[in-house]
Amino acid sequence: MTRNSKFLSISSLLGFIFLYAPILSLIIYSFNKSKLVTVWGGWSVKWYVELFSNQQIIDAAMVSLKVAFITATLSVILGVLAGYVLSRMGKFPGKLIVSGWISAPLIMPEVITGLSLLLLFVSLENLIGWPAGRGITTIIIAHTTFCMAYVAVIVQSRLSQMDDSLEEAAMDLGAKPHSLFFLVTLPIISPAIISGWLLAFTMSLDDLVIASFVSGPGNSTLPMVIFSKIRLGVSPEVNALATIMILIVAIGVVAAMWQMRKKENAL
Amino acid sequence: MTQETTMPLWKQDGAKPFIQIKNVTKKFGEFTAVDNVSLDIYENELFCLLGGSGSGKSTLLRILAGFEDLTSGQVLIDGVDMANIEPWNRPINMMFQSYALFPHMTVAKNIAFGLKRDKVPKKEINERVDEMLTMMQIEAFADRKPDQLSGGQRQRVALARSLIKRPKLLLLDEPLGALDKKLREETQFELVNIQDKLGVTFVVVTHDQEEAMTLATRIGVMGNGVITQVDEPRDVYEYPSSRFVAEFVGSINLFEGRIYEDEVEHVKIKSKEAGCNFFVNHGISCAPNQKVTVAVRPEKMKVTRRKPDQEYNCLHGQIIDIAYMGNLSIFRVKLESGIIVRVTLPNLVRENRNPLTWDDFVYLAWDDDSSVVLTS
Repeated sequence: MTRNSKFLSISSLLGFIFLYAPILSLIIYSFNKSKLVTVWGGWSVKWYVELFSNQQIIDAAMVSLKVAFITATLSVILGVLAGYVLSRMGKFPGKLIVSGWISAPLIMPEVITGLSLLLLFVSLENLIGWPAGRGITTIIIAHTTFCMAYVAVIVQSRLSQMDDSLEEAAMDLGAKPHSLFFLVTLPIISPAIISGWLLAFTMSLDDLVIASFVSGPGNSTLPMVIFSKIRLGVSPEVNALATIMILIVAIGVVAAMWQMRKKENAL
Repeated sequence: MTQETTMPLWKQDGAKPFIQIKNVTKKFGEFTAVDNVSLDIYENELFCLLGGSGSGKSTLLRILAGFEDLTSGQVLIDGVDMANIEPWNRPINMMFQSYALFPHMTVAKNIAFGLKRDKVPKKEINERVDEMLTMMQIEAFADRKPDQLSGGQRQRVALARSLIKRPKLLLLDEPLGALDKKLREETQFELVNIQDKLGVTFVVVTHDQEEAMTLATRIGVMGNGVITQVDEPRDVYEYPSSRFVAEFVGSINLFEGRIYEDEVEHVKIKSKEAGCNFFVNHGISCAPNQKVTVAVRPEKMKVTRRKPDQEYNCLHGQIIDIAYMGNLSIFRVKLESGIIVRVTLPNLVRENRNPLTWDDFVYLAWDDDSSVVLTS
């Protein structure tokens, strides 16, 4: 028993080092005083100061946050509807195919998603004149297509754990179907909705590939700016930026997980 | 002094039933869950639908609540056809097997839910909720969430929530199923008291025959989507109408036999597997020489070592198993034909000087009026 637990703790320690050592070194080097990325020159926050005076990065960050916020909100609305349909429609012909379609964006290679969306936008513009050029709108649409799939899956799993008789009880006590959705179903799945929103937000914030396909000039997202910067060599500034992004993403993921756990305890 | 007894409604001629189930059939695809069931339930009854899983009892309850559409047939409640009345408009409430308490609401909010939907004034809601909390003795938990309650407390909240709208009819799906044995016994009597006090008609679904026996004014035994017998608990137990009911309610010994003497006031039955002839002190409508099943409850048999002085209704066999249950003991006795008979004896004394034990040969006998003859 004790030998086993020693083995477990050592292997999990090694696993954590493997996963987080690169991130940790990045965080430490973001506080490096030296201009050379690989040479340690003492502690400093000057790269953070420089970062916040770089207008290009600030603009890109604003684009990313705006896109992530709208994407997360749209994804939640569409994802809840999709998840609700999948878990409440019962068996209908082609249900397997529909649920497959909804979760397909989860496993679709990003390059393909990005390319196909780009083709769609271009041909739509030729046909009906909308969307006029590529920019924030097209990035939001593209991100929503894959983020809503995550929300749908989370909501569906929450709904499938929910006791069916809860909705029947509400009906039995006089609630009509539309009001019972807002009175009973929505509050019960709210943890899944919150965690779905947070997940969609972080994933949109993270995405580089799809955004590169569907964004237009002047509308680069933060990952795109970072990527173009490191092509010219890694600057300590990028380390600082990456550290901040890690922080935001980590907060988002932890909050999402915390919401999910809260939901399990409540059931 | 004569005790004033009013005849129960179901025995009165021309009494108007409160619930009329007329030739109701419910199919799920190819499967027939409820098969042409007709049943009348009267006001103030505590009616139990008793059956195993898949017997259709829960489907019938859900039909009354309005959660299932009928394939054919008609349901009338208080004379009103329920066909086009949605669940939220029916004068019925239901207590669910899982209790289905809303996890995001406090106990008080759960109970108030139904009244809020009816737009009852806030002041009245508070009064009625308080009254209900007091009646169910759950005042102390009013501000708790359901996941902070024990099983018994949740059961009370569920009952309170389903009674708050003062329904004319309360449906209860396995109301005591999730409680432990001791709590179940207490709650059984409490349910009966509440029903009596509020004068609500109860329809209870259960698979537990003991529960049905203690609760019910009448029991409807269901199997394979059909109601096989509707009777008062005592009659269901003592006079089962079919083999199915006899075997489902309590335990019983069954012997195949053939009628060889059929008179108006008695019949005699020959049974090869019992190794004796049976005498039943009432007539039976049957064909001459018909094959029948004679059923005897385990507690109706007397066990003796010496041959009793009776020609009929007397078996001989060897004890192969004894189960001591405290208040009674169960003996399994093997007859010469190989069939095994179950007998129960109350343990009337603490120490028996000469107890029956394994491998003892014994005679099992019963009175002329103790057995039931089943033709179906």
